[in-house]
Amino acid sequence: MSDIFLEIDGKEVKATEGMTVLAAAQSAGIPIPTLCYHEKLEPFGGCRLCIVEAEARGWTKLVVSCVYPVEEKLIVRTRSEKIDRIRKTILELLLAHAPDSPALHDLAQVYGADKNRFEKEASFCIHCGLCVRYCAEVKKKNAVGFVDRGIRKEISFIPEIASKECNDCKECFPLCPTSYLQAAFVLTEALVFPSSSE
Amino acid sequence: MDIDRIDQIIDKHQVAASSLIQILLDIQSENHWLPREALERVGERLEVPSSRIQHIATFYKAFSLVPKGRHEIHICVGTACHVRGATRILDTVEEAIGIKSGETDLDLKFSLETVNCLGCCALGPVLEVDGKVHGKMSPVKTADVLKNYGTKN
Amino acid sequence: MARLNSPEALENFRQEILSKRDPKKPCISICAGAGCIASGADEVIAAFSAEIEKEGLQAQVDTKGTGCPGFCERGPVVVIYPEEICYLQVTPEDVPEIISQTIKEKKVVDRLLYEDPVTGERAIHESDITFYKNQQRTVLCNNIKIDSKNIDDYLALDGYSALAKALSKMTAVDVLEEVKKSNLRGRGGAGFPAGRKWEGSRNAPEPIKYVIVNADEGDPGAFMDRALLEGNPHSILEGLIIGGYAIGSNEGYIYVRQEYPLAVKNINLAIKQAEAYGLLGENILGSGYDFNVFVHQGAGAFVCGESTALMTALEGRVGEPRPKYVRSNVKGLWERPSVLNNVETWANVPLIINNGADWFTEIGTESSKGTKIFSLVGKITNTGLVEVPMGITLRDIIYKIGGGIPDGKKFKAVQTGGPSGGCIPEEQLDLEVGFDELTKAGSMMGSGGMIVMDEDTCMVDVARYFINFLTDESCGKCVPCREGLRQMHRILTNITEGKGEEGDIELLEVLSETAVEASLCALGKSAPNPFLSTLRYFRDEYEAHIKEKRCPALSCKELIAFYIDPGKCLACGICYKKCPAKAIDGGKKKIHIIDQEKCTNCGTCFEVCPPRFGAVAKISGKPVPPPIPEEKRIIIRKSKEK
Repeated sequence: MSDIFLEIDGKEVKATEGMTVLAAAQSAGIPIPTLCYHEKLEPFGGCRLCIVEAEARGWTKLVVSCVYPVEEKLIVRTRSEKIDRIRKTILELLLAHAPDSPALHDLAQVYGADKNRFEKEASFCIHCGLCVRYCAEVKKKNAVGFVDRGIRKEISFIPEIASKECNDCKECFPLCPTSYLQAAFVLTEALVFPSSSE
Repeated sequence: MDIDRIDQIIDKHQVAASSLIQILLDIQSENHWLPREALERVGERLEVPSSRIQHIATFYKAFSLVPKGRHEIHICVGTACHVRGATRILDTVEEAIGIKSGETDLDLKFSLETVNCLGCCALGPVLEVDGKVHGKMSPVKTADVLKNYGTKN
Repeated sequence: MARLNSPEALENFRQEILSKRDPKKPCISICAGAGCIASGADEVIAAFSAEIEKEGLQAQVDTKGTGCPGFCERGPVVVIYPEEICYLQVTPEDVPEIISQTIKEKKVVDRLLYEDPVTGERAIHESDITFYKNQQRTVLCNNIKIDSKNIDDYLALDGYSALAKALSKMTAVDVLEEVKKSNLRGRGGAGFPAGRKWEGSRNAPEPIKYVIVNADEGDPGAFMDRALLEGNPHSILEGLIIGGYAIGSNEGYIYVRQEYPLAVKNINLAIKQAEAYGLLGENILGSGYDFNVFVHQGAGAFVCGESTALMTALEGRVGEPRPKYVRSNVKGLWERPSVLNNVETWANVPLIINNGADWFTEIGTESSKGTKIFSLVGKITNTGLVEVPMGITLRDIIYKIGGGIPDGKKFKAVQTGGPSGGCIPEEQLDLEVGFDELTKAGSMMGSGGMIVMDEDTCMVDVARYFINFLTDESCGKCVPCREGLRQMHRILTNITEGKGEEGDIELLEVLSETAVEASLCALGKSAPNPFLSTLRYFRDEYEAHIKEKRCPALSCKELIAFYIDPGKCLACGICYKKCPAKAIDGGKKKIHIIDQEKCTNCGTCFEVCPPRFGAVAKISGKPVPPPIPEEKRIIIRKSKEK
């Protein structure tokens, strides 16, 4: 694997071919905010918080650092007026769902996000996908998945699998930034788990 | 729907995960909805986890996880039809049958859905009942079409 | 029927077909496309067969159900060859007259001809009709001449000669170079140079490659691909095989939306017929080149029209787009090089191979070569498919070809590019259509949808409509699109319902920037376009809705009231009878009054009030005048003489 040298926030960073910009930044100790990223899981690119400016061959564009591959001589900026504005808006959109989430609260402080900017939404799932992906990629049980699409998208436990696997596992629970996962599990258990007499 | 029939449908395709959507389309077309047993059988034979089947069956609007009415009514709400007053056609149908878009009536006689374009844009507003397309609809013409299917009016 | 094992065998067979056809023999072509079928074409076709049998003319006259020529509003469309007499809105009852007058006595049935709405002139031939006269139908022209279910019709019109030429006289690289030279750009919306896309796949090291037809035409209001795939499926098939040959692929996929059942049926039949003739499958025309094609149906998801989402759907998964950092012509379907092009793009390929790249570059403009098919719909006199050379102005399309706005209404805007595009106002109508011009005005050419709007269309509602469409069709993976559209939809709905607030426009602009800059795919990135373009050209409408709670177009249900003008009402009683909410208080010779509490704003009274009275008015932004006192309601009949 050949070495690739790129610049992040004015600092020269050594990376290897195939690495993402986020991984390169993390290796150099340069912080980029993330929500849906997890080192054990395939990059998802859903929350878009990790967007950065990437300049190559005179062209600058906004890219999502958790999936964007490093390039020789790439110039990356992790903060700018535009980036901060977009991150703030993304946080405000998510805070409309989960205003009390600690993870969102901490990031909101950094970017000046107002949790009351948008009207509150009923569901406090923010679709980071960590639970679904962890269960599929690490545990390989697929006990929880997505349903529907667009603004009606939700997570849903598969009762037959969850009733057998989850109570002895629950490794995904601490991953949920909003605790919606735990609430959904409790509801599913109460309402649709097959009864123990079966 | 019995397992044999489901297996027959599966076997008409390549028995691989990539055929999932085509198989479900065939089941939907024949049965007018996707019962639990069908989804389980397909998942078993194609070796696809239930969570993925569940996502696909809810992501794609061609599928229904609940029984549909004997008559499926689709109202096109594409832009050309919208500009020509599709909303009023929808209102007319909802009133005549007593259900809203996305619902099926209690007798399982009618199911109503909006569709995002049937490709008959020059004939807008367009109404489709059981696959038969009716163009140039107006509220009055809509009521007439529905009478053929026995609406109370 | 033995397989055709060489280009010579194909040519001989073609001559055989032609020798059995007499060009002078009368042929009645009835459009059997989805639009005309909806208008009763099946019954017309049956009526012709029955009448011809009754008159004993089976040997003298041919009839056939053909592909869609795109004049759907005037369907069922019937063209009689060899004279090319074009009859419109034909009913089964017209059939005996057509047979006796036109077929037997060579006389034209005037009342079935196209009548110019302005001059009143009747057009006898298809080519005389103003709608067709200004078009250049290089791709669509054969639709009305062929029975889409009969491959021989396609062969009779030189079908598959381009394939034979490519396989026998050109190398794969020759074909690629010709397509590059032609500057053919994708007709699906992005306008990427096809030759460059093909070259990327050809040069990719992975040996297994795919060619894909995107027939998921999801833009509401667009039906070009429906007409092409339904009406002339072999033209697309031929283009696809040539493309496969050029890049070195042996496997093709055609992804058709399931909302087009006739197109699915016809392409499947075309594939079977092509296979039987040896034009598909192993060793095509004895060239040693193998190619197979599979049809996949969509399952009702607009996002699957996006190329990377389409590929995940082909893999049997949910249609979630992937970022374009990895080009799909290098790593696409199953991580293999995949060339995905739109139906219309593929349909142009055989023409380019047969006529040459130079022929193609003569048509159109510097950056946009060739013709483009548009679907001209909405508030327009001549609705249908319009094929024109790039570079023609919007004004010419709408007025010269489209015949302008019907019912004496005023043009307001033309929406192009589907949910990714924007609205273009009157001042910009001299823009030339092409890949780049419309983008400067805040819209885009897109796949060709062109929806004309008049003074009765509320532009804020148009923005709300498109955002609503996308909240449902978004895959939901990324925050800027899913959550951004969710909030934009809420705000725009509030505005149309009179609940708009100061600061709403600015908030919508912030959400638009986020979606444009940070969305995962083109659906999200272009989602704000309808809002941004309507704001740019019709800001006054937004401000009226927010500040005055008024809808200038008198369209938004929550912001209008219906009012019967006491000065015009003559108590004919029609509105009273038709009102579904029984909200009208009337009576003989009594000026009718609408009870605003009961009124549901359905608009029925407005539609049924006879034009000579025109007593029902729509009011917005100001209070409804109070009902006139009872005594003033009695109508005293004016004396009959002047």
